[in-house]
Amino acid sequence: MTKINMTVDGVSYSDEVEPRTLLVHYLREQLGKVGTLVGCDTSNCGACTVDLDGRTVKSCTVLAVQADGSTITTIEGLADGSELDPMQQAFHDNHALQCGFCTPGMIMASRDLLRNNPHPSEAEIREGIEGNLCRCTGYQNIVRAVQQVAGATAGANS
Amino acid sequence: MTAVADHPGAEIGRSRTRKEDQHLITGHSTYTDNLTLPGMVHLAILRSPMAHAKITSIDASAARHRPGVFAAFTGQDFADVQGNLPCAWPVTPDMVNPGAPSLAVTQVNHVGEAVAVVAARTKAEAVDALEAIEVEYDPLPPVLDMEAALADGAPLVHPNTTSNRSYTWAFESGAAGTGGPIDDALRDAEVTVSRRFIQQRLAPSFMEPRSVVVEPVGDGVSVHSATQVPHILRTMLGLTLGIPEHKVRVIAPDVGGGFGGKIPVTPEEVITTLVARRLGKPAKYTESRSESLMSAHHGRDQIQDITITAKRDGTVTGLDVHLFANMGAYLRLVGPGVPILGAFMYNAIYKIPAYRFVCEGVFTTKTATDAYRGAGRPEATFAIERIMDELAAELGLDPLELRRKNWIKHEEFPFTTVAGLTYDSGNYEAATERALELIGWDELRREQAERREQDDPVQLGLGVSTFTEMCGLAPSRVLGSLDYGAGGWEHASVRMLATGKVEVVTGISPHGQGHETGFSQIVADRLGVAFEDVEIIHGDTQSSPKGLDTYGSRSLVVGGIAVVKAADKVVEKARRVAAHLLEASEDDLEFEAGSFTVKGSPGSSVSMGEIAFAVFTAHNLPEGMEPSLDSDATFDPVNFSFPHGTHLCAVEVDTETGRVTIRKYACVDDVGNPINPLLIEGQVHGGLAQGIAQALFEEAVYDDAGNLTTGTFVDYTPPSAADLPSFLTDRTVTPSTDNPLGVKGVGEAGTIASTPAVVNAVVDALRPFGVNDVRMPMTPDRVWRTIQAAKDGGAK
Repeated sequence: MTKINMTVDGVSYSDEVEPRTLLVHYLREQLGKVGTLVGCDTSNCGACTVDLDGRTVKSCTVLAVQADGSTITTIEGLADGSELDPMQQAFHDNHALQCGFCTPGMIMASRDLLRNNPHPSEAEIREGIEGNLCRCTGYQNIVRAVQQVAGATAGANS
Repeated sequence: MTAVADHPGAEIGRSRTRKEDQHLITGHSTYTDNLTLPGMVHLAILRSPMAHAKITSIDASAARHRPGVFAAFTGQDFADVQGNLPCAWPVTPDMVNPGAPSLAVTQVNHVGEAVAVVAARTKAEAVDALEAIEVEYDPLPPVLDMEAALADGAPLVHPNTTSNRSYTWAFESGAAGTGGPIDDALRDAEVTVSRRFIQQRLAPSFMEPRSVVVEPVGDGVSVHSATQVPHILRTMLGLTLGIPEHKVRVIAPDVGGGFGGKIPVTPEEVITTLVARRLGKPAKYTESRSESLMSAHHGRDQIQDITITAKRDGTVTGLDVHLFANMGAYLRLVGPGVPILGAFMYNAIYKIPAYRFVCEGVFTTKTATDAYRGAGRPEATFAIERIMDELAAELGLDPLELRRKNWIKHEEFPFTTVAGLTYDSGNYEAATERALELIGWDELRREQAERREQDDPVQLGLGVSTFTEMCGLAPSRVLGSLDYGAGGWEHASVRMLATGKVEVVTGISPHGQGHETGFSQIVADRLGVAFEDVEIIHGDTQSSPKGLDTYGSRSLVVGGIAVVKAADKVVEKARRVAAHLLEASEDDLEFEAGSFTVKGSPGSSVSMGEIAFAVFTAHNLPEGMEPSLDSDATFDPVNFSFPHGTHLCAVEVDTETGRVTIRKYACVDDVGNPINPLLIEGQVHGGLAQGIAQALFEEAVYDDAGNLTTGTFVDYTPPSAADLPSFLTDRTVTPSTDNPLGVKGVGEAGTIASTPAVVNAVVDALRPFGVNDVRMPMTPDRVWRTIQAAKDGGAK
């Protein structure tokens, strides 16, 4: 077992973990942060995407011990009380989710996209979130949600 | 757009954002795998690495001594109690069902079949212990090709059968009296076009892997499952394991997509129940994605031999369809019936005088097939829409002209088809005209001609798909005539609370569709209460005891109508109270916007909220009236519904690399009266993505030894945002005449319509090269090879 310390959604934790424990399993199973989801076992789907020290990572590709000393924000840490993060609000406003399973990761990835490129074109949005799979929406309304936050003209559909 | 004349409410037709979203966007979801119960054990399942083999020995005893392990079980341990997984659709009286154990006992019949299970303190400990289980297999020959499987002397998948054929189901219009004899059409044809189309295997690929938590409760169980069908699961799990139905509670919490993939009762649900009961502890099993891809059911996998006959002027005279339908190794809940649902849809929107459909269900050593979005109808739509294009090419006609010549005209509805269904309404002309306008068809045709003229290496192709589907499964009497093991009704309760708030209990079980929002809109209008004052209760057999769940685009068309009928009963009870309170005759009351008013006396009125409170106190009710407005309704539809639409696709095909890019996709769907256009559009978008994925990206592939070679999302490739365009969507509104809302359903439309539109577009681009078909998925490699073969003078 290895001792790790990290801050997750504003709370600091100190825990013993098996060295092989993936960050996503640590978040879900030891911290109860079940808002971050697991949709595959090959880092393709992106459902587990979280923010690690200001960068998004797929938390299934990071060992918990690698995240020792870091600050992590999950989907559960985005809203400020009842005040939603603008990306959360945009997903709701644009019907950018159906079953909701990809949504936590998709929201985290979309925020990161705009952090790196505040005014992306539609093509840049599509490429920016291609590491996150959604089976319900066909992505069109996710693109619209990102455009809403970017302040781009909503015009995916002429 | 047609106004909803008889329901002029403020909510129906409005693009409400969803009630469901709040907890999903903030990470407070309740997916089954999020659930942890005190004392819960975690299960891991050992799966067969062999496609087909006898189990000569199996020993799990060493696993029982691994750290954290409570127990390990093999098929032998449960052989007497596990029963067989249910198949509810014996499509013919002589259908062969060899039985489907949840844990293999003596033989494995596909890679990924469960052979043993470990229960441990953590999932990691359970997985670790799997390696201590010793299994010896004696390999049998894999059975992979359907036609080879049916040949004399072919190795049998199941030793207790005499053939790999499960059933042959046949329909012929001459014999059925729904049209002429097919033999006459074939004999007298001026033009005959035949093709073989391959519907590849697909994985439904819901984003949430299947998960189940079973909690022993007294002598029964509570089952939390990522299922589309909690009510069916309750009945079937009880019957399979001999647990009385009233001792089984099934809860479907947040469910992360289904697309048909969460309909059958699964081996894992049975295994987890067996282990939980054996240990007397709650038990959880959650599959990995690779387990899901190799052991959960697949969809499609049919060989379609189709012949169309016509006169030289383009009048279609007959349609002859033969299917081989791959059941895989076992018959799942509705697997045998999936291709049969397609039997009624090959004639599609066309007036075809003679029709034959024969389907042979075949066992192979692959994972079982069952419903996948559209279930039978995408296959049918694909085949007819593809062959209509081939017939048009043969006759030198424009594909749209050929369709116009043969489709059912707006004024000809209701129309009884050669397959025996009566389409209540439709307007194919209007949808097609709008779609042509939306995509800019004529301009694209001009560009196509220019590119052909210039020998542009990137060619443009235009594809058409005019489709209809049978939705709203289903009239119980029809299901009975098809030998399905259940009805097709749906149940709802509407409860008025003391403060005028409303609880609606529905038997449908949403998993992403937005039913809480849509049903709230319906009830708000029906009762004249606020949208926010309606709560929709679903997905738990304890709180919603009656229902038949969600699939087949039935939730609104059947479940929504049950809600309407229950709400209308509430209004009628309230009317009696209102008359009493207002000292008026019931006949003199008008009900509008949530209030009863005495006709001609606008000042004399009472609101639904006031009535609810009066009923709650029960101080002053009509003589003999129960103090309750609550009402139930069970609705059994009189007919299917028939959404339709026209989908148009423009693709660019790079003839040097084989790469296909969708340039423009436009569709006009007619789903009847819209309840919530925002939700409709979302369903269409997602459906399109899945149908396009079949055309371009996805296939579950087995190698010659029967190993699944697309066992992860690295190899089985659902499209990302970068793989898809934005879609141009619109609607026409031709209300259904068979239900009081005039609705038709939308869950499957996009998937059913889009696949042939894309393939027709690619074939259209390449027809000058001599190409007349491209196998799906149309990967660059496959497209390039098809072009080369055609250039070399090959058939395609």
